[in-house]
Amino acid sequence: MAMNHSDNLNEIRAIIAYHKRWDLLALIAGIVALMIAVLTFIALFGNMIIDGMPRLTWEFFTSFPSRKPEAAGILSAWVGTTLIMLVTAAAAVPLGVAAGVYLEEYAPKNLITEIIEINVTNLAGVPSIIYGLLALGLFVYELGLGQSILSAGLTLALLILPIVIVATREAIRSIPVSIREGAYALGATKWQTVADHVIPYSAPGILTGVIIGLARAIGETAPIITIGALTFIAFLPPSPIQDEFPFVSFEWLMEPFTVMPIQMFNWISRPQEAFQHNAAAAGLVLVVMTLLMNGLAIYLRYRLRKKIKW
Amino acid sequence: MQIFKPSSTATLTAQKSVVNNLNFYYGSYQALKNIDMVVYEKQVTALIGPSGCGKSTFLRCFNRMHDLYPHNNYEGEIILYPDNENILSREVDPIEVRMRISMVFQKPNPFPKSIFENVAYGLRIRGVKRRSILEEKVENALRNAALWEEVKDRLGDLAFNLSGGQQQRLCIARALATDPEILLFDEPTSALDPIATASIEELISDLRNKVTILIVTHNMQQAARVSDYTAYMYMGELIEFGATDTIFIKPKNKKTEDYITGRFG
Repeated sequence: MAMNHSDNLNEIRAIIAYHKRWDLLALIAGIVALMIAVLTFIALFGNMIIDGMPRLTWEFFTSFPSRKPEAAGILSAWVGTTLIMLVTAAAAVPLGVAAGVYLEEYAPKNLITEIIEINVTNLAGVPSIIYGLLALGLFVYELGLGQSILSAGLTLALLILPIVIVATREAIRSIPVSIREGAYALGATKWQTVADHVIPYSAPGILTGVIIGLARAIGETAPIITIGALTFIAFLPPSPIQDEFPFVSFEWLMEPFTVMPIQMFNWISRPQEAFQHNAAAAGLVLVVMTLLMNGLAIYLRYRLRKKIKW
Repeated sequence: MQIFKPSSTATLTAQKSVVNNLNFYYGSYQALKNIDMVVYEKQVTALIGPSGCGKSTFLRCFNRMHDLYPHNNYEGEIILYPDNENILSREVDPIEVRMRISMVFQKPNPFPKSIFENVAYGLRIRGVKRRSILEEKVENALRNAALWEEVKDRLGDLAFNLSGGQQQRLCIARALATDPEILLFDEPTSALDPIATASIEELISDLRNKVTILIVTHNMQQAARVSDYTAYMYMGELIEFGATDTIFIKPKNKKTEDYITGRFG
């Protein structure tokens, strides 16, 4: 009996040891996979820093592109990118939030709604160049907006619309039914419930979605090239803020433009090595912009969520 | 129609509402069957019964909460006095009903806003804008909900910072601020500890002279402590209705007696 017992125990230990070997293997495989991803990123980013860092001077940000690489800068590119992001946000936020609110709060739960929902989710997977082609036909030619900041902003707004809609819906869905019922029970109409409760309480989630969408849009190149961004531009659009009455101007909306990724693309295709360093520096700026936006999204989500706990 | 007469100990008061042959359907499922009942003015009426008996469903008919969801159907009448209006009628806007009849929910559900704004919300959606009127009504409601002394110095604080019992009293203040004709309570203490429960029960007793109260509870002792009238429901039917003393001391129906004495439920 005792003999049997210890035999049994040894057998169990052998099985455990055997199984634990697989544990170790899985762990190593996981770490290797992770390292491939992380090291690739570090190598890319590190290479960009080594190449581009010396070019990151104040002048780099305040100079127009030039035939002389040492004099060239990204002024028109970052101004273009910033203005386009403004247009994109101004168009995508109201459209996306309204669509999300409609789908969650107003739409009847039927087949048509379901088809629309599936299509909205699928839109996020459409290649961005398709949006560029659509925009070329619709905004540039059909609506006559030309190869302008407005066309580019609206194109990117279409691109990130599904992201904003999905984020809005998820944020709305996280509001408990009891809060909605509390508002309705006091005699609120649907719109009062939406405007006073649903939208304010889902604002952190919506904001996060918008920023993540913009972070994606900022690096988009294909649709912007499709609608005809210039690759060399040595002037700024007229300022939105004017000295004279009425102090604001929307002329800039119709101006030609370039953006950061296109400026990079332009420099990379030059034979001189000095331009490659410029491209690396511009890339560094673009990556930092994207990381800052994502960081802001994470921070805002953390800050605003702390106030609202269901 | 069978009209239940309140007996011995309860004083005769005016009828605030009469329920006539009420049926309610969730889709094809019938949740309430032929309910007849009276709600007396400025009295506390308790709805008791085992879970799933339809007491919450019945309560939520009084403020047309079921209209928020599709496939729900009412049959029959809930008449509100003195204007003799059937609040279940399709011609009556559910929002109008909810403006007249307030509700306090099972779990405290304050809005993630300040204490002041929580209580003021019902007034705001009625178009009250004058700061002085808002302040006066908010204070009154908080006093009536026995919360004023605890929060008067921090009306701007977020409502979530209050304890569970305080949050529920805040919800009661929110419901009282608009001077409702009937106040509905859906198991208001089931999410609270015994001390907070006692304070809510005391509050309900204090409110009975100011407003007509209908309360759902699965705690029989609570029904016995706070109510003037009790309705016992089972499987969507109203089994027995009468003065609370009578229901608890000598129920007429065997099913009621079994439930009260704890033989089932």
